[in-house]
Amino acid sequence: MNLWRKLACVVLATVMCAAIAANWLAPAGYAKQYREATDAPPSHAHWLGTDEIGRDRFARVLYGTRISLLLAPAAALLSTLMAALIGGLAGYLGGIWARIAMAVTDLFLSLPWLFLLITARALMPLNVSPLFSVTVTFLLLGLLGWTTAARVLCTTAGAIRSADFVRQARALGISGRRLFWIQVMPNLKPVLYAQFWISIPVFILSEANLGILGLGVAEPLPSWGSLLKELESLVSVGEEPWKFVPLVLLVLVVMSFQLLLSAREEVAA
Amino acid sequence: MLRAKIAGHALSLMATVLLGGLLSATLMRLAPGFDVDEQELDPHLNAASVQALRAARHQDHNVFRFYFSYMNRAAHGDLGRSLALGQPVRTLLRDRAPLTLRLLSVGLALAWVAALGLALTAAWLRLSTFDLLTTMVSGTFLCIPAAVLALLSVLWNVPGSLAIALIVFPRIYRYARNLLAKSYSLPHILTARAKGLGEARILFWHVLPGVAPQLLAVAGVSVSMAVGAAIPVEALCGLAGVGQLAWQAALARDLPLLVNITVLVTLVTLLANSGADVIGHMVRSQES
Repeated sequence: MNLWRKLACVVLATVMCAAIAANWLAPAGYAKQYREATDAPPSHAHWLGTDEIGRDRFARVLYGTRISLLLAPAAALLSTLMAALIGGLAGYLGGIWARIAMAVTDLFLSLPWLFLLITARALMPLNVSPLFSVTVTFLLLGLLGWTTAARVLCTTAGAIRSADFVRQARALGISGRRLFWIQVMPNLKPVLYAQFWISIPVFILSEANLGILGLGVAEPLPSWGSLLKELESLVSVGEEPWKFVPLVLLVLVVMSFQLLLSAREEVAA
Repeated sequence: MLRAKIAGHALSLMATVLLGGLLSATLMRLAPGFDVDEQELDPHLNAASVQALRAARHQDHNVFRFYFSYMNRAAHGDLGRSLALGQPVRTLLRDRAPLTLRLLSVGLALAWVAALGLALTAAWLRLSTFDLLTTMVSGTFLCIPAAVLALLSVLWNVPGSLAIALIVFPRIYRYARNLLAKSYSLPHILTARAKGLGEARILFWHVLPGVAPQLLAVAGVSVSMAVGAAIPVEALCGLAGVGQLAWQAALARDLPLLVNITVLVTLVTLLANSGADVIGHMVRSQES
């Protein structure tokens, strides 16, 4: 493991620990308002200042990181499972099933991701509770993000279907569901792991985009998307640099995931 | 072979239109307020007129009749009315499409020039420092949300097309760089270099023809990326294009408008992908 990847591991571990320890590092919580200090600059009491309604920005960054870092992997898990089921089954069954599944997948892939997301998000009520909004946002990411992985898994499952060991298993009388779960699925695991890790930074960025556009996690719950929405009020870049902390954190985390992914790709190659 | 490919793409486009139309009609039928007509609130209308309005709408309760009439109207260019803006969807799209097209074409052109220029320079120079620098720059842009790049473009007062270019550029660069690096390490390129062929001749005669089909495929995909980037860029830069319209429709839950835009955008991206695929196929068949 080279220096950059070690650094990526350290960054991810530090950010995750800080997010987990949010309750201890910022015991007042993300919603408490300090009305005597609205839109305040960084100080001893508020390390990253406060937002326009007096909430501690440091606390919001910590809790927002926790939400984004916990739910993006959950959405990635959901999309990977869906991809395994749809792509894996289509590849295993082959023929018309594979063609239909791939036609649907291609259709989804040709649709710009953000258009698909905002259309699906608009179908849900927008004035919902914060908890519902966070669930809906990440659930949508998980439910709509399976297509690329499904394509890869369909091809891999198709190759496994015609492999010698599967033919031998078939010749021994193993067929149908048993063959799929015992012979095909375990061999899809490396691809599944890779797709899971690829999806996490994609979902983090998608949530951030939705949040900035006002279609993500609802107030007062913080997420990286809703925290970045604050940048809209800036007049110049150098004006309040501490408002860029969530962006720096997001870039560092996504970059760390990308670096670790490239390490996995090298190992796989 | 080429005809079969074109026929396949045409079929896929038709299926998309049909599926998109059905989806639009279903969503509109399920949308809240489908059964309500504001005209009924008009105090000038008597009971008989209100009854006549209800009877006219009652026809739409038959799902098949509704689908047929919707598709028929869509085929004649009537895409319905925007609930939030109260204007025909067709007029809204016609007014806003030119700006989006200009934004996308300039953005894509800039992204391609920058990505190909840097990828070719990296492949040509073969300097690890230059390679590392360009990879780091493109990698950083890849990690920044598109909406943040749009916001930064507002802060720095740069045109929206540049924001689109910065969103699309790293994806094209990464692919083009890997493709060129792989192509430059092929045995026939190494042989050509060993025989003393000039770099320009190697590039234009041996490298570019080999990677052209793959680059064309990326060209198709890059249209889809740029269209996706148009939403945050137009919405946050205050540009009155189709992306901003989609965002406004999403915030107002204006389903007729949003779904029609989505179907249209899908068609545009499918056309771009199909075009790139067919041209790529033609290039490959010419080579062989």
